[in-house]
Amino acid sequence: MEITLNHYLVLSTILFAIGLIGVMRRKNLLMLFFATEILLNSVNIGFAAISHYYGDLTGQMFAFFIIAIAASEVAVGLGLLVLWYKRNGSIDLDMMSTMKG
Amino acid sequence: MFEAVAFYLFAFLTITMFYITVTTQQALYALTALAAGMIFISAFFFILGADFLGVVQIIVYTGAVMALYAFGMMFFDTTRDVVEKRTSPQMIFGMSTLAAILVVAIFVAPIVSDNITAFYPVVEGVGNSQQIGLVLFTKYLVPFEVAAIMLLVAMVAGIVLAGKKMDRSLTLMDCDDAETILQENKES
Amino acid sequence: MEMYLYIALFAPIVGSLFAALFGAQPKTPIVGYVTSALIFTSLVASTVLLGAVMDGEIVHVELMTWIAAGDFYVPFGFQVDQVTVIMMMVVTLVSTIVHVYSIGYMDHDKGYNRFFSYLSAFVFSMMVLVMSDNLLGLFIGWEGVGVCSWLLIGFWYHKESATWAANEAFIMNRIADLAMLIGIFLTYWSMGSVQYDVIFAEAQYIDHSTLVTIGIFLFIGAMGKSAQFPLHTWLADAMEGPTPVSALIHAATMVTAGVYLVIRCAPMYDLMPEVGYFIASLGAFVAMFAATMALVNRDLKRIIAYSTLSQLGYMFVAAGLGAYWVALFHLMAHAFFKALLFLGAGNVMHAMDSELDPVKMGGLFKVMKVTAILMIIASVALAGIWPLAGFFSKDKILEVAFSGEHYILWGTLWVTAGLTAFYSFRLIMLTFFGEERYKNFGFHPHEAYKYMLYAMSPLAVLAVIAGWFEHQFVDFVTQMLPTFEFHTHHVEMILILVTSAIALGGIITAIVMYRNGPLSTKWESQFAYKVLINQYYIPQIYEKFLVQPYRELSDIFWKQIDMKIVDASVDAIATTFYNTGEATRGMQSGNLSTMLKWMVAGLVILLTLAVAFSVGYIAIIG
Repeated sequence: MEITLNHYLVLSTILFAIGLIGVMRRKNLLMLFFATEILLNSVNIGFAAISHYYGDLTGQMFAFFIIAIAASEVAVGLGLLVLWYKRNGSIDLDMMSTMKG
Repeated sequence: MFEAVAFYLFAFLTITMFYITVTTQQALYALTALAAGMIFISAFFFILGADFLGVVQIIVYTGAVMALYAFGMMFFDTTRDVVEKRTSPQMIFGMSTLAAILVVAIFVAPIVSDNITAFYPVVEGVGNSQQIGLVLFTKYLVPFEVAAIMLLVAMVAGIVLAGKKMDRSLTLMDCDDAETILQENKES
Repeated sequence: MEMYLYIALFAPIVGSLFAALFGAQPKTPIVGYVTSALIFTSLVASTVLLGAVMDGEIVHVELMTWIAAGDFYVPFGFQVDQVTVIMMMVVTLVSTIVHVYSIGYMDHDKGYNRFFSYLSAFVFSMMVLVMSDNLLGLFIGWEGVGVCSWLLIGFWYHKESATWAANEAFIMNRIADLAMLIGIFLTYWSMGSVQYDVIFAEAQYIDHSTLVTIGIFLFIGAMGKSAQFPLHTWLADAMEGPTPVSALIHAATMVTAGVYLVIRCAPMYDLMPEVGYFIASLGAFVAMFAATMALVNRDLKRIIAYSTLSQLGYMFVAAGLGAYWVALFHLMAHAFFKALLFLGAGNVMHAMDSELDPVKMGGLFKVMKVTAILMIIASVALAGIWPLAGFFSKDKILEVAFSGEHYILWGTLWVTAGLTAFYSFRLIMLTFFGEERYKNFGFHPHEAYKYMLYAMSPLAVLAVIAGWFEHQFVDFVTQMLPTFEFHTHHVEMILILVTSAIALGGIITAIVMYRNGPLSTKWESQFAYKVLINQYYIPQIYEKFLVQPYRELSDIFWKQIDMKIVDASVDAIATTFYNTGEATRGMQSGNLSTMLKWMVAGLVILLTLAVAFSVGYIAIIG
């Protein structure tokens, strides 16, 4: 039972789908951040798998940079979140209605 | 054989963890499940021979990001339920799946058609970390440095954004003062 | 000399713009003086140029480049040669007189300033028309006079009939101008230029049928401006405008632009005698046709308008038969006596509170002696009695027709000469002599202002003496225009006698018939009278066979095609967008969660497209 690239890609797809579901149905901003982490990680798996099966390090490089981006995103995102919470006392997405015309 | 068993096991675990993350009502559960999922993902990296990436994954995600989330959660009233309206889960599910498949299809298309050539092929007989080091500090030096600066900027931003008035401790104040500050915050 | 050219050309437009400054104000007397002075300046400059041209100098300037596209080059170029300078003299002289006259005539009009602005603008356009050294510049002037004519015919725009007449004139001219434009396009297409000197040199080398086509199209343009059949109806209706306008535009200058065009294009028309013969035949027909309508008309100005039409026909006969200088000569002489006649009619009209029916006048000689004498001079000149101007020019035209052995044309023109004399004196008799019928209608006629009469007197003098300079004129203009060989020396005296006889006969008949006032009304039930008073039913025919079907067609296009197809489709597009917007505005709820969902939906669509296109791309390449 050989594990091929396709297995990894299917896994990546499933995880990505889970992440998207999270993005769409979560109302809690913190949970939304979790969902984005899932999205990023699912893509990382795909990169690592392709890198492995084609013997090319570029995929791993990309995954590496994605991790870096994810880290900074969390830092800034959480900072904003804290600020928002301090101001409004809520991190409910439905409460953010300043964009309503 | 071992590889297959490992793959399926971790695949199952990862999917379960992430599923819990996106479905649970409890923020704490979600956080825990996410952290577990991250660790399980690093297992894939090890299976794929990307040792360095696996280590980074554990350190960055579970060590740094999750800790950050955990600290962040302390600021929020996680006990208060956020009402999650479930608007047509089929639609959400369908759309996510479709998007995921499409993304993967786009990535895979050039591979399937065999138009890809390895720019930085894996060097035999050298450890993964060493290979990564070679590529990272030659070809990807500039992006690497840029990423470093980005992280620095993000760190400063995070501190500035979250750290406003951090020096004031509400618990050490008088009740009245704390009330007025809270009131001010509400109003602003 | 260039400076004089520019002065002659631009002085009128300066006056026009000056008058336009006061356009919206009630009467400002200075406007009349300034514009008149500027037109007079133009006259002086033209006279200087005339002197220069007499000394054999031809002034040619290029003001600036107008159009330069590839090989196509048209400058704003102006040229003063023998023909141009004659036209300039006629235009500026008559304009000056009409301007001065108008100061009195428009004295009580609300639109005094506006009137002078238009009138000067007209003079400018006319100057551009005659002075341009290329067909395109001529066309600019051509359109300019058309616009000014429209403005001036419809000057009393609160009158329904005036606006209608203005529009009629403008639209009819537009039809002809289209043909003229085609002629100009063809000229450029076949000869590669619109400069006169180039195309006249080139004309003999090009295909004869092309040349004939060009000639015909240009002549159709001329037909519109000179109101030749079948585009003649506008001229009589144009009499709705103020009388000075009729004198200047619809007698002396603008309507002769068509003749001028043919004279100007003499080198081209010389190469196609068949077109020339057609022009001459049409001219003779119009001469007769218009004269007959003038016989019975009961509108002072319309009679003169028909007479103008008839005389234009004479000019076209001369021009068509190759006697271009004769045409130009008659054009000049006609400008003087016809303007005089119109201005006299204006005086009568003024005196009679805008009444135009000569049957209601009669016996005005006693109260308006000077006007009457001036008009009689003009009428005698028009009738062609020796030694007045009309005699020399009209007689020459008849000689031209005779010497070319075009006896039918000659016969037509000969009869027309009699008719001309008759209707001219019918007008004079009805207006100035006989019983004083105006008293029955309660009019109190009075003579016009002195200076109006003084202004008219130069015209009267010219109407008398213009013909005496025939030989100098011939020598002058034939430096440029082809000479015409008369083969009538043996019968010259007989022709003159015969022509003078019929003219005198016409005059005497008119005097005898109308000595006791108008004829009895029994006349009016006769068939011939009805045909003539109704202008051969031509306006009715146009109304019935052109205007009505066109209106119905427009109606169909409006209600069926425009409303149901064009408008409907435009509306449908608008409603579609509106409804789409209405339906999708729910998207913009401001809820971030909803927005995230839409974002994902958009992502899905974009990715689908990307995949679909790349698959399609591979399918095509592979």
